[in-house]
Amino acid sequence: MPLAASDVRYVEPPTMGLWEKLYLPAIFEGLGTTMRQMLKPAVTQQFPEQEPKLPAHFRGVHRLNRDEQGRVKCVACYLCSTACPAHCIDIVAAPSPWTDREKYPETFVIDELRCIYCGMCEEACPVDAIELTTLYDLTGLSRQEMLFDKEKLLSVFDQTTTAGTDPARTGRGRLGPASEKTADVRLPNPQ
Amino acid sequence: MGLLEGAFEEGVITTSLEQAINWARESSMWPMTFGLACCAIEMMATGASRFDIDRFGAGAFRATPRQADLMIVAGTVNYKMASRVRRLYNQMPDPKFVIAMGACTCGGGPYYKYGYNVVKGVDLVVPVDVYVPGCPPRPEALLEGLMRIQDKVRAMRHLTKGQPLDNLVPARTGRVKLPPELETLEKANEFVKRNKEAAAPGKA
Repeated sequence: MPLAASDVRYVEPPTMGLWEKLYLPAIFEGLGTTMRQMLKPAVTQQFPEQEPKLPAHFRGVHRLNRDEQGRVKCVACYLCSTACPAHCIDIVAAPSPWTDREKYPETFVIDELRCIYCGMCEEACPVDAIELTTLYDLTGLSRQEMLFDKEKLLSVFDQTTTAGTDPARTGRGRLGPASEKTADVRLPNPQ
Repeated sequence: MGLLEGAFEEGVITTSLEQAINWARESSMWPMTFGLACCAIEMMATGASRFDIDRFGAGAFRATPRQADLMIVAGTVNYKMASRVRRLYNQMPDPKFVIAMGACTCGGGPYYKYGYNVVKGVDLVVPVDVYVPGCPPRPEALLEGLMRIQDKVRAMRHLTKGQPLDNLVPARTGRVKLPPELETLEKANEFVKRNKEAAAPGKA
């Protein structure tokens, strides 16, 4: 459809009066804003001494949850590695030594470098075995140390639950809503 | 320093030249502006007043590699950019350090499998000193990475020409540590062996 002449609106720039032409009032206004900011308390977080308050749903380093007997909760169903958009989860399943499940992960490696911390593994997991904690400041000097294997992920669980930063979100010891024992899934702690 | 320690009056500090150089170097790490993608926004936030990278002496972002000590590669590096990254790295004066910031820079991130144009980790192009994972990492994580670089500088020897020590003692980092049964390699091997034995399927 061609543009009609009546559709076009011409706009004139606003004319400046004497007040605007002086420019000085605008300068003092800007200086006043600066002065007011100087009198306000500083917003800087003193990071290494002062830890930031992160929301409880912040997605940081992963952990593998333990059940009440201290075993890994994971049932090696590969749902998390399938859901992972960055393909950073590598699981090797083996026949389980325990009677309550068929498989268990012999190795469970997450490449923390490639992970984009989207939380899809957490959503996909049917037994709430993998969770993301609020550990936010992970850094590494080499690629090898950033490959978190099963033991390290379990140690993250121990560390975060004992430190109290990330309490177990599901009823500890239960395999979760998708397993057989769904009779009384405890609600997560309201903290 | 043993002989001179305390030989002067109060207010006079003796130090070795090496330590003095390292101290000066670690407290004036000038990074190069190297924002390639969305991680650069977080890098800018780190430079702004709330996180304030100037507290660590690393706030002077230089627009030329000749004046920079530190390259914070923030963002997706694609193949066309890779040669430029290398060229800019070569133009930096020694000693130079590299922080790989974000999942794309560290290892390809979500482009690892299907990204036809993305370098699968900037360590294929330049030697990386510190990896900061995240998508994007929090500004605190970048500051943490900077502190690890400073740890590394502090450990440099032979009038700061030598390579940093292998086993660094991080000042604050390393909160996620291995449990005691995995501390050493022997213990870890024992542990894995025990686990495998426990996991072997029973004879039916």
